[in-house]
Amino acid sequence: MSAPALATRGLAKSFGSLVVARDIEIELPKGVRYALIGPNGAGKTTLINLMTGMLQPGAGRIFLDDSDITALPPEQRVRRGLVRTYQINSLFPHLTALESITLAVCERTRAARIWWRQLNAYPHEIDEAHDILVALKLGSACHRLTREMAYGQQRLLEIALALATRPKVLLLDEPAAGVPREESQELFAAIAGLSSDITVLFIEHDMELVFRFASRIIVMVGGRVLMQGAPHEIANDPQVRAVYLGNTPAKILHGPRHG
Amino acid sequence: MALSETSIDPQLYLVEQTRWRPAEIVFWLATLLPYLLFPNYLSLASQIAIAALFALSLDLILGYAGIVSLGHAAFFGIGAYTAGLLSKYGWGEPLSGLVVAAFAAGVVGYATSFVICRFRHLALIMLTLGFGLLLAELANSLGWLTGGMDGLQGIHTWKLLGTFPFDLYGRAAYAYALAVLFVLFLFTRRLIHSPFGLSLRGIRENFVRMPAIGAPSRAHIRTIYTIAACIAGVAGALLAQTTETVSLDSLGFERSAEVVVILVLGGAGRLYGGLVGATIYLIARDQFSGIVPQYWYFWIGILLVAVVIFLPNGILGGLAQFTARWSRK
Ligand SMILES: Nc1ncnc2c1ncn2[C@@H]1O[C@H](COP(=O)(O)OP(=O)(O)O)[C@@H](O)[C@H]1O
Ligand SMILES: [Mg+2]
Repeated sequence: MSAPALATRGLAKSFGSLVVARDIEIELPKGVRYALIGPNGAGKTTLINLMTGMLQPGAGRIFLDDSDITALPPEQRVRRGLVRTYQINSLFPHLTALESITLAVCERTRAARIWWRQLNAYPHEIDEAHDILVALKLGSACHRLTREMAYGQQRLLEIALALATRPKVLLLDEPAAGVPREESQELFAAIAGLSSDITVLFIEHDMELVFRFASRIIVMVGGRVLMQGAPHEIANDPQVRAVYLGNTPAKILHGPRHG
Repeated sequence: MALSETSIDPQLYLVEQTRWRPAEIVFWLATLLPYLLFPNYLSLASQIAIAALFALSLDLILGYAGIVSLGHAAFFGIGAYTAGLLSKYGWGEPLSGLVVAAFAAGVVGYATSFVICRFRHLALIMLTLGFGLLLAELANSLGWLTGGMDGLQGIHTWKLLGTFPFDLYGRAAYAYALAVLFVLFLFTRRLIHSPFGLSLRGIRENFVRMPAIGAPSRAHIRTIYTIAACIAGVAGALLAQTTETVSLDSLGFERSAEVVVILVLGGAGRLYGGLVGATIYLIARDQFSGIVPQYWYFWIGILLVAVVIFLPNGILGGLAQFTARWSRK
């Protein structure tokens, strides 16, 4: 079996006396769609911060494609293909959508170091940025300032920024947070349509979306991985039911929740 | 800036950003007016051009990359003393003097940029302020070299290009300062429309997001801080060469504060903000201080408060907003 795209070994983190990650052991095989679920405050966002280097772990190691990246700064992890999005939009308000994505593409191709040539000497970068926007149905908004875009479009721009770095492993922190239900379906359809070379881990609270789009699920509670497995295993696990799903797993698995 | 039309080809859009606008051409033609209309004010015009260049260098770090500095005069002063000393000790050729001054300021800028790139916000303000004060005190205590409080005397600037002497009326001086300003403006304009310039705006807009798209923000900041130091050094050298004296206030706190005021007045992050700000600030100072010199700071205080309250994006920002509203009607 080939090495996992991303793995953690004994990852731990505390904020003072609050333990937010405790001996986290995760392996994401290449190309798999993973969901990370758990109640608010379970430590899901913190886990993404640890894996991407935005936070330093108290203990443990992180492996990308079998190489230890624990000591690498965030931007170098991105360069190696480990990329995240944010639960709360973190965009460039006064750049247009096209400028934002062109910026990310230029950073990847290292054109961003060039200060003696104007952007119009980089048609490939601009075209690529435009293609990414079109693929996410943002083509018509590409000249709009980010802060003037609709909220749902901004959520898509979050993903577009990540895609512009050509990720191997993509960590999506509640990509549909705050997005109306119909739009979040579309958003997840776009995620499902990503190249199967990309390994995706997404955090999502809507169980219908989780069970529809994830092939594996990790359940976190109180900074600990409670369980990981295939959707039907998770849905039928009494422990998971007790702490997270409530008592309606069958309904979640077999039909829309708000029906 | 952002267009509401959705059908514009992305390539064309970015080309359009770099196109010269009629207002820009008018602006640069207007810089020649002092020769025709105000021949008695050419030395003021040179001072404006020098202050504009200095403010332009600050715009690169403050307006584009969001790095607030209260010690930018350090580089202005290093450039001024370098050009002054070079001339005093026998080499008064102006253009090579500029190059050496830019280099000296750039070396110090590069060295300090390693500290600068690690801090943001208030820490950065204190750091640049402290660094500026440190250098001013150093220049003061090295009286044997800098002339201390008396200023650096004995500077003689050779003929420009070996042909044009610096005359009493400041004709050559203004042409020189204006030409250098224009060339470095072209350089800066190109830089902010480069991929690197886009990254600087990214750093200003969202410093935290930059690493998450794989951007080496610190390296970017080191580069722009060094470039801005070089340009500030050239501005200082211009002052030394055209006035043939350098005083301690060329690197003092007041000059650092003044250039921030000039840039905020004109509008930071707009390329022309420093140029417009310098023009208005220096003409206003000239006029007001002619009437009642001791009240100058009173008026500049009022002007600053008014601009910040009514035109938070500076004079150019207000103008842009006004024209946008007007063209929509
Ligand atoms: N920087 C921080 N300092 C202190 N506590 C934090 C910090 N970030 C998160 N926490 C706490 O850690 C816990 C886990 O947070 P988080 O990872 O955001 O949870 P989730 O994303 O699963 O909702 C929460 O109790 C939160 O208050
Ligand atoms: Mg979270």
